[in-house]
Amino acid sequence: MASTDFSRTIGGHHHQHGFGRSQALFARVHLDLPLTLLILLLACGGLLILYSGSAQDLNMVKRQAIHFGIGLSVMVFAAQLPPRIYQNIAPWAYAVGVIALIGVLVMGVGAKGAQRWLALPGLPRFQPSELVKLALPLTVAWYMARHPVPPRFSHLVKAIIIIGLPTVLILRQPDLGTSILIFASGALVLFFAGMSWALILSAIGLVAASAPLMWFFVMRDYQKQRVLTFLNPESDPLGSGWNIIQSKTAIGSGGIDGKGFLQGTQSQLEFLPESHTDFIIAVLAEELGLIGVLILLAIYSLIIMRCLYLSSQCETLFGRLLSGSLSVTFFIYVFVNIGMVSGILPVVGVPLPLVSYGGTSVVSLLTAFGVLMSMATHRQR
Amino acid sequence: MWEHSFRDKAAERRLFRSRAIVLALVILALTAALIWRMTYLQITLHEKYKDLSENNRIQLRPIAPNRGLIYDRNGILLAENVPSYSLTVVPERVHDMDQTIAFLDSLIGISERDREQFEKRERYRRRPYEPIVLRHKLSEDEIAQVMVNRYYLPGVDVEAQLVRHYPQGEAFAHVLGYVGRINQGEQTKLDADPETKRRYSATRYIGKLGAEKQYEADLHGEVGYQKVETNARGRIIQVIEQQDPVPGSDITLHLDSRLQTLAQKEMQGMRGALVAIEVATGGILSLYSNPSFDPNLFVTGISHKDYSALRDNPDLPLFDRTIRGQYPPASTLKPFIGLAALDAGITNWQETINDQGWFQLENDDRLYRDWKRTGHGIVNMERAIVESCDTYFYEMAVRSGIDTLSPFLGQFGYGRDMTLDVINALPGLLPSRDWKKQRHKSFWYAGDTVNMGIGQGYMLATPLQMATATAVLANRGVWKVPRLIYAHNDTIDDIPHGDIPDIKLKDPANWDRMYHAMQEVITGLHGTARRLLPNLQYPMAGKTGTAQVVGIKQDEEYDSEALRERLRDHALFIAFAPVEKPEIAIAVVIENGESAGRTAGPIAQSIINEYLGGAEG
Repeated sequence: MASTDFSRTIGGHHHQHGFGRSQALFARVHLDLPLTLLILLLACGGLLILYSGSAQDLNMVKRQAIHFGIGLSVMVFAAQLPPRIYQNIAPWAYAVGVIALIGVLVMGVGAKGAQRWLALPGLPRFQPSELVKLALPLTVAWYMARHPVPPRFSHLVKAIIIIGLPTVLILRQPDLGTSILIFASGALVLFFAGMSWALILSAIGLVAASAPLMWFFVMRDYQKQRVLTFLNPESDPLGSGWNIIQSKTAIGSGGIDGKGFLQGTQSQLEFLPESHTDFIIAVLAEELGLIGVLILLAIYSLIIMRCLYLSSQCETLFGRLLSGSLSVTFFIYVFVNIGMVSGILPVVGVPLPLVSYGGTSVVSLLTAFGVLMSMATHRQR
Repeated sequence: MWEHSFRDKAAERRLFRSRAIVLALVILALTAALIWRMTYLQITLHEKYKDLSENNRIQLRPIAPNRGLIYDRNGILLAENVPSYSLTVVPERVHDMDQTIAFLDSLIGISERDREQFEKRERYRRRPYEPIVLRHKLSEDEIAQVMVNRYYLPGVDVEAQLVRHYPQGEAFAHVLGYVGRINQGEQTKLDADPETKRRYSATRYIGKLGAEKQYEADLHGEVGYQKVETNARGRIIQVIEQQDPVPGSDITLHLDSRLQTLAQKEMQGMRGALVAIEVATGGILSLYSNPSFDPNLFVTGISHKDYSALRDNPDLPLFDRTIRGQYPPASTLKPFIGLAALDAGITNWQETINDQGWFQLENDDRLYRDWKRTGHGIVNMERAIVESCDTYFYEMAVRSGIDTLSPFLGQFGYGRDMTLDVINALPGLLPSRDWKKQRHKSFWYAGDTVNMGIGQGYMLATPLQMATATAVLANRGVWKVPRLIYAHNDTIDDIPHGDIPDIKLKDPANWDRMYHAMQEVITGLHGTARRLLPNLQYPMAGKTGTAQVVGIKQDEEYDSEALRERLRDHALFIAFAPVEKPEIAIAVVIENGESAGRTAGPIAQSIINEYLGGAEG
């Protein structure tokens, strides 16, 4: 069976050596040792790159370390909660998320023509779309797990409505990147639930056909501009093409072994924009070269494969669907960010998971890992 | 709530695993795509991006050379470079331009005009990230205001630069010209030639008029370079290597600022021109047109208001009368007509005519009147010069004929621009039979020759031409090409005088007799310039002239006092001194000055006295 090889390479927890004992110890507190170690490794590497990408701003690195501290605490806490609780709060979290998204459209705050933040009195300012990133797959998994799999068409239609509502609301902010990611996280649940290939292929065909309609009726000017710039960055080298030209220059000039840590001229001399957030991979690529990039991609791949393995180990269908979606969504973040910075995808503001600076992103990603570990480690009595 | 059998659960797991494997494969494929992309950028295109990143970081910055200074013959500074502080903006670095400008306006005041100019410069700028000047001439206080608020003003900076300054102001405005910002047309021209494009790569100012334009190539200097490492904001991190610019040559002109400022003082309130030439060298001692203007206004860009005031001034301060004012030479031409007649052998110093107050051509009823209605009576050449007898010269001109007069006068530079380095000088007009046929499609009539005898009719000359002809006359026909340039740096320029043939009279004694006659213009009892006698310090030869104002019909009526003033005759005076060994030749034209003896003459005399007095003292 193919899954045996798969579990041996990615999992391999059958040995009872030192690592195995720690693993068992971790399992008792509902954590997965390999995944936790990989996350910590990524976090440490991320902080180092951030030190360089932030123009050696130690305060920023400290703040990001605090974000990790909070995020890891939330992850551990989330892992302790049994899957049943998530199942029970799923529709409520979804409802709160959707109401918050409507609130953003009505009274949100933001910058550069987009409203993304909700500032409620007595609460810290937050982006409701971050809440929905978790709440949507949670809810779709909850809904799909209530019915037998593979799902019936009528269930799929209802699931699509559940997915579509927040997607459209985020699109209205407007935030094309996030709405695509949110949609994907829900769609992935349907895929894992066994949605038929015929339907999958026709859905892909439908999306492809509707792309021109999106262009004319949905996309805002700045979004169109991004796509145009993506197709031909040199058309506006000082405006919107600047970012992508500079990031490609940073990556390309890094070569195989890079210019050396803190030695990247593109990053250190401020040619590279957003070098501590969305474009941070270019800092890594410039200073540590292709070798650094391959190491980073290796860590990401190990994390994702481990997550997929853990997903398959979940006891409940709900757990599997949710974990599978969270795992693949994590990869989508990685792929979209690196693809954007290296110029094979248009610029959509997606941070590099656990490396880009930003508290909300770090905490919500680590929360997702906590949920995933909860699904994978809790056993029904 | 819902139940699944064990078998269902196993099927579920299988389904999930197969889907997970599919996605794992997709993920691996997409990761491979990322690796392929990174490899392509970092290995295949590494060299290209390495160069791009170096170009980003390393900039070759041209450094403008300091413009050469301009001195007068006494070593007095006529054009210098003074530091000036300008407010510059790099538009790429400014988040909200309107807000930034509004803020700057509240700090130091940005006028509507500054904004207009800024927008214009922004449109026509050469390189991205190039700072654009928003305001010139910041005071110390204004610099402090900007610097204190610099944190709120990204992209805004204060830049020190050297700006041209003309300490003598109005006195030299026309002859020196001025520098101004390189405009779009000039830039296109400079860019057309790679060599000038390189030389001007850092230069912002260029000579627009006068000597500044003529000697642009010498004054400009050689551009320098600085290889610098900059950050994305264009701020220099370090200088890697530098090649200093070579400043332009300093030039010394023949001009004498004592004469130039005296001319300005003497001509106050008048419209006119004064040109003085050093006879031995052709060096232009003074080239002054009144009224003048402040050239400093033009350097950093003249305001619309100032410019309209200059342009709409009825006295035309922007008009350089010395080289572009073309006047009938009038009676100042008589010594030359006289020499022509003598040299052609159609008269001599003894021959007399009887002037009844008018001249008449054969078969023609028209009377050509003398300025003295009653006539001068019996006159010979000398008396005709001294008293400026028109009838005598009508007669001589007709006897000589246009075919003799025109080439003879041409030898003195009439009708041609003979200057070495005076830019934009007009050639005047020396009429001839051919010229009239071409220009007016008409024959040359004897009447045309009559008018030419007293320097009227078609004939036109600029004050510079009159002074040049006088200098050649004073130098016994030996040509010294009129010139401004005296020296480059400390090397005196030895520029040959070209192949202009010197004028050889058949009897050289005619020079001296003519000098004597012109001397009598001042010293003679009936000399037209006898008013100069009381102040005569050096033996001086001169000739007055009164030019009728053309273009206004006699029967038209003008009520306004100002317009009537403009109908008065122009007063002209040419002179040289000392007679026995001429050092300075001069021509003065005072528009509507009426009496040459009263207006133009005294001005010429005080210049001569100043020059010769200064030279001896």
